[in-house]
Amino acid sequence: MSRIRKDYEKSRRARFLSFVRGDDPVVTPDRTEEWKRKVEERAESDRLENASYLELPDIDLQARERERINTKGVRVFRRIYYVLALVMCFLIAGMLILNIAYMPEFGSATAPTDNEVAERYLEKGGEETGVVNAVTGMILQYRAFDTFGETNVLFIGACTVIILLLHREGENAANRRRKKEAEEAGDTAESDRVTFSPEYDRRGDIILQKIASLVVPMIFLFGLYILLNGHLSPGGGFSGGAVLGAGLILYNQAFGFRRTERFFDEKIYDVLKVGSLCLYAMIIGYYLFTGANGIASIVPLGRLGDILSSGLILPINLLVGVEVACTMYAFYALFRKGSF
Amino acid sequence: MDWIRNLPLIAILLSMVSGPVSSVLSGRAARRVSFFVVVTSGILSILVFWYVLRTGEPFTYKMGAFPAPFGNEIRVGVLEAMTATFFCFIMLLSLIGGYHFTAADIAEDRENLFYILINLLLASLLALIYTNDLFTGYVFIEINTISACGLIMIRGWGRNLLAAVKYMIMSLLGSGLLLIAISILYGITGHLLMEPMHESIVDIVREGTYTEPLTVAVGLFCVGIAIKSALFPFHSWLPDAYGYSTCASSAILSSLVSKGYIFLLIKFFYRVIGTDIIRSIQVDDVLFVFGIAGMLIGSMSAIQQPDVGRMIAFSSVAQIGYIYMGFGINTEAGVIASIFHILAHAAGKSLLFVSLNGLSGGNWENMNYRKLRGAAYRNRIAGVGFAVGSLSMVGIPLLAGFTSKVYFAQAAFALPSRSKMLVMLVALAVSTILNAMYFIGQTINIYTPLQRKDTAFSVKAGKAMWVAVVSFIVINLLLGIGSEPIFSWIQTGLSRF
Repeated sequence: MSRIRKDYEKSRRARFLSFVRGDDPVVTPDRTEEWKRKVEERAESDRLENASYLELPDIDLQARERERINTKGVRVFRRIYYVLALVMCFLIAGMLILNIAYMPEFGSATAPTDNEVAERYLEKGGEETGVVNAVTGMILQYRAFDTFGETNVLFIGACTVIILLLHREGENAANRRRKKEAEEAGDTAESDRVTFSPEYDRRGDIILQKIASLVVPMIFLFGLYILLNGHLSPGGGFSGGAVLGAGLILYNQAFGFRRTERFFDEKIYDVLKVGSLCLYAMIIGYYLFTGANGIASIVPLGRLGDILSSGLILPINLLVGVEVACTMYAFYALFRKGSF
Repeated sequence: MDWIRNLPLIAILLSMVSGPVSSVLSGRAARRVSFFVVVTSGILSILVFWYVLRTGEPFTYKMGAFPAPFGNEIRVGVLEAMTATFFCFIMLLSLIGGYHFTAADIAEDRENLFYILINLLLASLLALIYTNDLFTGYVFIEINTISACGLIMIRGWGRNLLAAVKYMIMSLLGSGLLLIAISILYGITGHLLMEPMHESIVDIVREGTYTEPLTVAVGLFCVGIAIKSALFPFHSWLPDAYGYSTCASSAILSSLVSKGYIFLLIKFFYRVIGTDIIRSIQVDDVLFVFGIAGMLIGSMSAIQQPDVGRMIAFSSVAQIGYIYMGFGINTEAGVIASIFHILAHAAGKSLLFVSLNGLSGGNWENMNYRKLRGAAYRNRIAGVGFAVGSLSMVGIPLLAGFTSKVYFAQAAFALPSRSKMLVMLVALAVSTILNAMYFIGQTINIYTPLQRKDTAFSVKAGKAMWVAVVSFIVINLLLGIGSEPIFSWIQTGLSRF
């Protein structure tokens, strides 16, 4: 004998039948106003400074997510999950460590890596590429295409960080408030560019400024030295560029964005970045094209050991260095205040 | 040397240079540059394809002044040129189909960044397809990953950011495993170029010296690629990433990005390790099991989704499962079926995403299946596109999905092992039924007229949508009806891979 249900309309069968009949879809209530209010409340209470990023529906999503992760089954599952994850990690780590035991011994004369490739890089590298530093010769001549790709990885990385973090002036509610506060305090110099909390800002630190004014020129000189000597001694584009970028960041830490932007603002950043990458692409295109087609390059290799030797490597090193320095500074600036 | 051999290099360099150039252009100019680059790369790829078909022999092109074991190299055969051409056109059509949504979804000052990502993604796909060097493959995998991450989050919603974080974590794990695998392989062979590496590996297996590191490296490489292309247990990043991105991003991510990695895996199996050694290591069996699990579980998850965008995304998990199942049986017929399925899935899935965005107006709140009821009457061309894409995914004759399933079935019948054949056929049948459950159901849903009109939202079908959907439908029909030449191209390409 079957039970008679009073709430027939709500049963699965009835809902399924109405679905088959093609009745009107259940209309989800319009909650846009509610979401908007929630977002504004949050922005006001300043718990989420970045409210412009949290689009309306996600508030609801977060609430549901919080509800979901607090049920008991989920808690038990998470505990088991953590244990299993740890076990897996140790298993994989153990397997990799065990694997080392079977690998050829590092530096042994019979190791497979000690073959004709390494031999040619070391023995003929100077003669064929005109460099004293074999590593530079390897990455910029023998495997030039890889290095070009690697430089583009930096560029695309900077682009992606820009997508994530770039906030133009006035776009962010927190920025607007800080700017207003600065204006009220009468700090006109800062009011046009206050984007981060003053308590973390070390621009007024006299020790830092004095030391920086001593050290930064030396860092720049050292960076240039590494760039220019990339083909003669350890160094090259990537390391020299990193040193230059570190110098820029130190200068910025000590003296702030306003003084840095006297010589390095967004425009110059764009010119340097695009110019260096395009020139690099042209050089590499020329090198790959002539090399592959067996055309003699018009750039002479020069005398081994001279600063103006090794053909295209010196300009490539300079361009890579500029690109790396720009990218490092761009990361810093974007994470620090969301723009240049 | 023929001048045409320079064209792959020119296509790669062109798309790489256009990235930095676009970063100082306005959104509109960047868009023009990007369309120009994609079209030009497509034309160059067609020329290369024509050339390799005519000569019948793949050619290697040294990148720089130094020959194979010392310098970089690319290698172009029928399969590579065909895939490159196909990818360029799918990318172009996805961009056209998502044209209006791109403008609407992306802030004006970021539009040029979107096109930078597209250009560099194209460069990395071309490089992954053409490369003959494992480390070059790794470098361009990085570019591919980072630009895909940018494509996911460029819409700027909280959900996109979450999806991008998930994608980044999983994908970087995959990259790390790949890098370890490549290092181990370099340590035991002393080469990075694919052919010299293969010779050393054959020696290693014959002498039995470093077989344990070889096994570990092959395993890590497969797991790395599997994570990046969302094979079943590693697919958790996929639904959010594909489901909520802007239209062109979803279409390109689902149809091309994961396929670039898979293409590298084919190279790894055929050119670096060799199929016999793969069989002796038994990695293929593992891929077979997970491929079949992915086929079933991906479809089952898709059935549960109320959100059609996520449903289509989960269906990608199932389709990736098909591809890995083909690698798993490790016969020539199986791999050909997999490669054909790469093309069929790319054509069908991008069509589905473009039409879904057309139906819902690009807004994910409208992607709920209840809200999509009757949507096909509001945007007719997108409705037709969705129906064709669904039928193709299910495997209705005359469409691309059917042909690839037939090839899978034929590959199964040619298997020596009875049990494997049975498992594969049953999995194909069950998965087809599961596919039909959600795709046909959804197609009926969008063609069910609404009785009360006031719940409807309005969408407009632009010309761009028309062009894209019609072209996609034509590609699907071509793949379904005229599959014979494509099959023979894949076969010749694979035999000289």
